[in-house]
Amino acid sequence: MIESLDLSLVDWSRAQFALTAMYHWIFVPLTLGLAFIIAFMETIYVKTGNEEWKRITKFWMTLFGINFAIGIATGIILEFEFGTNWSNYSWFVGDIFGAPLAIEGIMAFFMESTFIAVMFFGWNKVSKKFHLLSTWLVAIGANLSALWILVANAWMQYPAGMHFNPDTARNEMLNFWEVLFSPVAVNKFLHTISQGFLIASVFVIGISAWYLLKKRHLLLAKRSIIIASVFGLLSSLFVAFTGDGSAVQVAQKQPMKLAALEGLYKGSEGAGLVVIGMPTPNKVYNDNKDPYLFSIEIPKMLSILGYHDKDAFVPGITDIIEGGYTYKNKNGDETIALPTAKKIEKGKLAIQALADYKTAKDSGNKEMMEYHKKILDENFEFFGYGYLKDPTKIIPNIPLVFYSFRVMVALGFLFILFFALVLYLILKNKLEGKRWLLRASIFMIPLAYLASQAGWIVAEVGRQPWVIQDILPTYAAVSSIGTGAVQVTFFLFFAIFTTLLIAELKIMFKQIKNGPKEGGN
Amino acid sequence: MIKDFFKKAFHLYYDGFKSMTVGKTLWAIIIIKLFILFFVLKLFFFPDLLKKNFKTDEERSNHVIEQLTKNK
Repeated sequence: MIESLDLSLVDWSRAQFALTAMYHWIFVPLTLGLAFIIAFMETIYVKTGNEEWKRITKFWMTLFGINFAIGIATGIILEFEFGTNWSNYSWFVGDIFGAPLAIEGIMAFFMESTFIAVMFFGWNKVSKKFHLLSTWLVAIGANLSALWILVANAWMQYPAGMHFNPDTARNEMLNFWEVLFSPVAVNKFLHTISQGFLIASVFVIGISAWYLLKKRHLLLAKRSIIIASVFGLLSSLFVAFTGDGSAVQVAQKQPMKLAALEGLYKGSEGAGLVVIGMPTPNKVYNDNKDPYLFSIEIPKMLSILGYHDKDAFVPGITDIIEGGYTYKNKNGDETIALPTAKKIEKGKLAIQALADYKTAKDSGNKEMMEYHKKILDENFEFFGYGYLKDPTKIIPNIPLVFYSFRVMVALGFLFILFFALVLYLILKNKLEGKRWLLRASIFMIPLAYLASQAGWIVAEVGRQPWVIQDILPTYAAVSSIGTGAVQVTFFLFFAIFTTLLIAELKIMFKQIKNGPKEGGN
Repeated sequence: MIKDFFKKAFHLYYDGFKSMTVGKTLWAIIIIKLFILFFVLKLFFFPDLLKKNFKTDEERSNHVIEQLTKNK
């Protein structure tokens, strides 16, 4: 079945999932970050009793509500797609995906849904302190909800804490804490939520800058900018810090992703990082073409980023395909990398062992079941390689990952400078005079979203062809359904999400234009 | 005491919904969206294939093993 699968089915299914996830991710990060900004503002209100802070809090809360309402349940479509388009995958991942998602559902319902009502409706119904507590719980609850889906995603990048049961064809969780606290999961969670904080900070500064340009609601704008620039500066520094952590994790667990995002074909000790460059189109991994049409490189930087060692060896695409270099395996032992062709052989052995195990089980031959299970267990870490037609199939789309990575990093550094400059000028009371910066602040809003989406492209396209790293490629995970059905739903989603986005923008713009109900200053 | 709590909770939601301005539009969007998601997309376009096509977990396992091991 898998070899005869129409590749366009895989491509359309991937495109549909990417479309849904990317649209969903337009709504989520603003919720994650704005919830905390509102909580900071309300805390100041409760501490000082200054009514102006209450008005400021309520204004941003309205925008938070719009984003929350439009974005809510857009992620549920991803779960629909698991059951229909990715049914093999859904079954195969078993409770590893189910448990975190179930916890997410319960958390989202009890924490967000309960306290969000108090947050919006409880201003004159509950005490100030209880209202403040509710606002904080909404912020914490929203971010904890994100934890579980990110844990599930991290497990796909680095499957840990499980074993494969050949009787059920499912991966079963052996150690919940190993799944929850895998270094990839911890880093991914912190990196992702902090970029949500960054987006929300840029959002608040951008809108406040518009008020300053229009000379409206000046006190609201200035106070909001102070809060958002402090939060944004800290968040952007934390994004850079956790980004560095991500690079280390990728270098260890997904070396092909690191090689692809750098366009690195031939590995070396003390590898440099290309700051600006253009990968050579149609380059084949073992030809003699220069990997870049042009490039500007920082010497040894890739080794430092990936291994925190300026002389560390960073394997390139050719090295990973041909094997033979030394790396540290999951247990921290020095190991010689196998050629991908050898991994494909082992993967085929594992798949055959699963088939033979099933046959032995059906005929009640326990001895043969044990024999084939042993082969399966010994080769399971290469299971997914058995579906690859040739070793080059492990190379992701290099130009897309290469450019997305640079967009993400360049914008990340730009935001650090932006927040620092805005904070400095607002504290010196000079921001209003810098009209170019106020205009630039508005344009920073789409750039923040661009950086965030580029980050997801690096993470998800960079790990292709794997749905679960080394264990299951996309073409084995997809359901055998008609490509036409996937195409229809792709365009349906496109229409629905675009309508929602337009609705959000229209309502949001109207509210921003109206400003806070009782006027700022 | 419990009666008082539920009364307060009821009024929190009742008065809250009643005094909403932009919230009414948002609720309309949420309801239309949920209707489209669960009563159109889920029902007509996104069946859970394994649940729909097989009665037991054993049948589902066998199907997935067959899919994963055929023509490897």
